[in-house]
Amino acid sequence: MSTATTRSTAPEKRSFTAAASEYVNDRTGIAVAIKGLGRKAFPDHWSFLLGEVALFSFVVVLVSGTFLTFFFQASMAEVEYDGSYVPLKGVEMSVAMASTLDISFDIRGGLFVRQMHHWAALLFVAAIGLHMLRVFFTGAFRKPREINWVFGFLLFVLAMAEGFTGYSLPDDLLSGNGLRIIDGMVKGIPLIGTWTSFLLFGGEFPGTAIVGRLYTLHILLLPALVVALIAVHVGYVFIHKHTQFAGPGRQPTNSVGPPILPIYAAKAGGFMFIIWGVISLIAAMFTINPIWNYGPYDPSPVSAGTQPDWYIGFADGALRLIPPGWEFVWLDRTWSFNILVPLIAIGIFLVLVVGYPFIEAWVKGDKREHHIADRPRNAPIRTAIGAAGVTFYAGLWAAASSDLLATHFSLTMEGVINALQATVILGPIIAYFITKRVCIALQKKDREIVLHGYESGRIVKLPGGEFIEVHQPLDEYDRWRLVSFESYEPLMIRPDARGKITAGQRLRASVSRWFFEDRIAPVTRGELEAAHSSHHAEVDTTHG
Amino acid sequence: MAQDDNSGVDLVAADSSHAEQEFAGSTGTAVIPRDAFENPGFEPHRPRVTDENPKREKRAQRTVYTLFYLSILGSVWAIAAYMLFPMESNDVGAVRLNNMFVGIGVTLALLGIGFGAVHWGKSLMTSAESIDIRHPISSTPATQQGAVEVMRQADEESGFSRRTVIRNSLIGALLAFPLPAVVLFRGLAPQDQLPVELLSHTMWRRGTRLTLDPSGTPIKASDVTIGSAFHVVPEGLAELEHGKLEEKAKAAVLLMRLEPSQLNPAPGREDWAYDGIVAYSKICTHVGCPVALYEQHTHHLLCPCHQSQFDVSNNCEVIFGPAKRALPQLPIAVDDEGYLVAQSDFNEPVGPSFWERH
Repeated sequence: MSTATTRSTAPEKRSFTAAASEYVNDRTGIAVAIKGLGRKAFPDHWSFLLGEVALFSFVVVLVSGTFLTFFFQASMAEVEYDGSYVPLKGVEMSVAMASTLDISFDIRGGLFVRQMHHWAALLFVAAIGLHMLRVFFTGAFRKPREINWVFGFLLFVLAMAEGFTGYSLPDDLLSGNGLRIIDGMVKGIPLIGTWTSFLLFGGEFPGTAIVGRLYTLHILLLPALVVALIAVHVGYVFIHKHTQFAGPGRQPTNSVGPPILPIYAAKAGGFMFIIWGVISLIAAMFTINPIWNYGPYDPSPVSAGTQPDWYIGFADGALRLIPPGWEFVWLDRTWSFNILVPLIAIGIFLVLVVGYPFIEAWVKGDKREHHIADRPRNAPIRTAIGAAGVTFYAGLWAAASSDLLATHFSLTMEGVINALQATVILGPIIAYFITKRVCIALQKKDREIVLHGYESGRIVKLPGGEFIEVHQPLDEYDRWRLVSFESYEPLMIRPDARGKITAGQRLRASVSRWFFEDRIAPVTRGELEAAHSSHHAEVDTTHG
Repeated sequence: MAQDDNSGVDLVAADSSHAEQEFAGSTGTAVIPRDAFENPGFEPHRPRVTDENPKREKRAQRTVYTLFYLSILGSVWAIAAYMLFPMESNDVGAVRLNNMFVGIGVTLALLGIGFGAVHWGKSLMTSAESIDIRHPISSTPATQQGAVEVMRQADEESGFSRRTVIRNSLIGALLAFPLPAVVLFRGLAPQDQLPVELLSHTMWRRGTRLTLDPSGTPIKASDVTIGSAFHVVPEGLAELEHGKLEEKAKAAVLLMRLEPSQLNPAPGREDWAYDGIVAYSKICTHVGCPVALYEQHTHHLLCPCHQSQFDVSNNCEVIFGPAKRALPQLPIAVDDEGYLVAQSDFNEPVGPSFWERH
C-alpha cells in the first residue's frame, strides 16, 4: 500500500537500490528473511569466534582447492619430470607428482595458492578442535544442542578425512609412506583386512589407482558432505540462537548481543577477511609440504623424522605406543593387536566424545533447555573429564613425534616411549583430579568474593591496634556473574511405579554420585545476609 | 524416569515467570534454592570514547577508510607482483620472490578490509545491543497434534499399518535394492588376483642377483666391506613393464656385512649368510615402512615411522617397538663370478601382517 503511494507521489525519487530490492522481493519474498534475521541478536565472546575461524578457513580451502583442480592431474602414470625444478629433472615420477611440482614451480602464484590450501586446511581442523573444546567446556552441547554436537563431531571426522586424502594426492615420498601405513593398518584388521586393502588400492600396494580414488573422495564426495553438514550445523545455530554467558540482563529466555545488521555483520565479516589475510600471510612467508625435498614415492627410501600433518598425529602416535609382541597366531590366523588396540582405543575415545552430551543428560535427568553457557569451573566433573580427554589425546599426539623428542632433547627412544605410555594411561587420571580440585577451589574463591567482597588493597588500623584490609562488596552486576549458575546434587534412588529399583537406576545413581558428590552451591541471598551480620558482629567485638 | 528425580520443580513454581513456564521441563537433579539471587537486569549503557569525543570519532573514521584504501593498494600490488616477479628461469629463488610478493599483496588486500570493517563496527556503529526473546525449540502442542493427525490420516488413507503384506514386502524390497550397488564395488580390486598368493611371494628366485638400488648394478661379495650396508633390489626390477613399485614394495632388501662371529643364525639358517654378509627384507613387519636406518656399531635397524628396532646380529628379531615379527631373511650365496645371488625367495611373506598369514 505504502509502496503504491510512494510510486504515485514521487516516482522520480526512487533509488536504484529500492527498485532492485523490490524486483528481487517480488520474485523471492526475501524481505521475510531480512526482517526476521537482520536484527537478530548475536551474543559476543571471543571464544564464540572459534567456530567462525573454522568456517572461514573452510571457505579458503574450498576456493583455493577449486583453483588447484584446474592444474592438478590425479594420475599415477609414470612420466619423466621436465619442469623448472632442476634437481628433479629427468626423475621418473607420477603425473600427480609432476603436476604438483608444476603448480609450485611453473605457474605464477601456484605455490601461493597451494600453500594457502594446505595452511587453511591445517587451520580448519585446528579451529574445529578448539571450537569443540569451547562447546564442551561451557556445556553448550546441552539440550537442545545435542544433535548439533553430533553434526559438529561428524564435521571434525570429515575434516580429518579431507586432510588425509588431500595430502596423499601429490604422490610424494612422505604421503606415499602415509598410505603405506594405512595399508599396513588395514591389512591388520581381522577377516576383511587383506581384501579391503586390495579393494582400496586396486590390487597390491601401491598400485596405480589410489591417487585417482582419493581425488574423487577429496574433491567430490567429502566436500559435498562437509558443505551439507556445515549448512545444517550453522542452520541450527540460527534455530537455537547462540548460547550466551551469564550476565546482568541475560536470561535463559533471551539472547543479547549486537544485531546481525550492521554490527555483527561488520565484525564477523571483517573477521572473515582477517582470517583470510592471516592464512595468506602464512602462505606467503612459510613453506608447507615441500614435496620437492621429499621426491616421488618409492617403497624403499624413507627420511628420518617423518611427521604426518598434525591432526593425524594422535593416530600415528597410538601405533607407536604399543609395546613389543602384541601379535599372535591363533586358529591359524594372525591377530595383530599392535594395530587393533590403537584402532579400538581411538574408536572408544571418539565414541565417548560424540556420546558425552547424552551421558551427561542421562545422569542429570534435566529436561530443560539450556542457553546460558557454563563457566568451566561451575561444572567441575565435566571440566575434569574434558581435561582427562585432552591429556589422553595430547599423549598420543606427542607420541607421533617420539623420535624428534628423543633427538632434540637427547633422550633415549625407549625412555620417550615409556614416558608417553605412562602419560597416556596415568596422565588422564592425574589431570582429572587436579582439574577437579582447581575448579572447586575457584568456586570457593568465587563464594568468598561474593560473601566477603574483594580485596580493596586499603589497609586500615583499628583503634585496638589491629590492621585489617578493607574488603569492598561487589556491585549487584558483578555479583550476578558469580552466583548465576545451578548446581546439581547426587540422585537419590527411589522405587519406580512398580516398587522396583532397576539396575539402570542404580547405575545412574552411582554415576550421579561420582559427578555431584563434591558440590559447591552458588551463594544465596540468605547466606549473603548472614555473612554481613556475622561480619558486623566481629567488628563490633573488636570495637568492644 | 523424570518423576523419581529429587526434582526442584515445586520449589521454583511459586515465583517462576510466564516465560520460564514456557521452558518447563524436569529439572532433574538440579538444585534451585528458594532464595537465589535475582537477575539485576541490564547494566547502564556505557558510551565509547568515539561517542563522546568528536576528535576520536574523526580519527576512527580516518583509520577505517585508510585501511580500505590500503586494501586496494594491496590488490593492485598483488597484480603488479604477478607480472614483476616472473619464475620461468629454472630458479627456485624466483619462485620464492613471486610467492612472497604476490602473497603480501593479497594479505594486505584482505587484512585491510578485515581490520577496517571490524574497526568500523567496534568504534563507529551504534553500540547498543539488541535483545531477542527465545521460544522453546519444540513445536507447540497444537502443531504436534496436527502433525500426528496428518500421519494418522496418511496411514489410514494408504493402509500402511493395515495392509501388512504390502508393507513388509516394500520394506524387503527397499532393503534389497541397494545391494547390487554394493556388489558393484567388487570391481575396485582386480577380478583375477588372489591377495594371499600375491602377498606371499616376491620377485626373488634362486640365482637372482642382488643389485644396488637405484642403479641396478650387481654386487660382488668382495666389494661389501665389514660395517657397510646397501639398499638392494632384485636384478631386472628396473626393466619390468608393469608393477615396478608393487614388486619393489615387497622385494626391497638391506644388505649388511658383520664379522661372521657376531652373527647368531637361527637353527636351519646357518648357510643363509655369506661370510658375514646378510640380507633382510627392508619392509617393516609392523605396517610396512622401509626399515631404513642402520646403526653400525650396535647392528640395530630402526624403522623411522614407528621406531621398531631389529637386531641384525640376532636374526633381525624385534628388540623394541610395536612390531612383533623379525624381518624376514633372504638366503644368499655367491655365483661363479663372485656376485651375490639369492638362494631362493623369502621363506615367509614379507611386510605387514595380514589376517590369512600363518
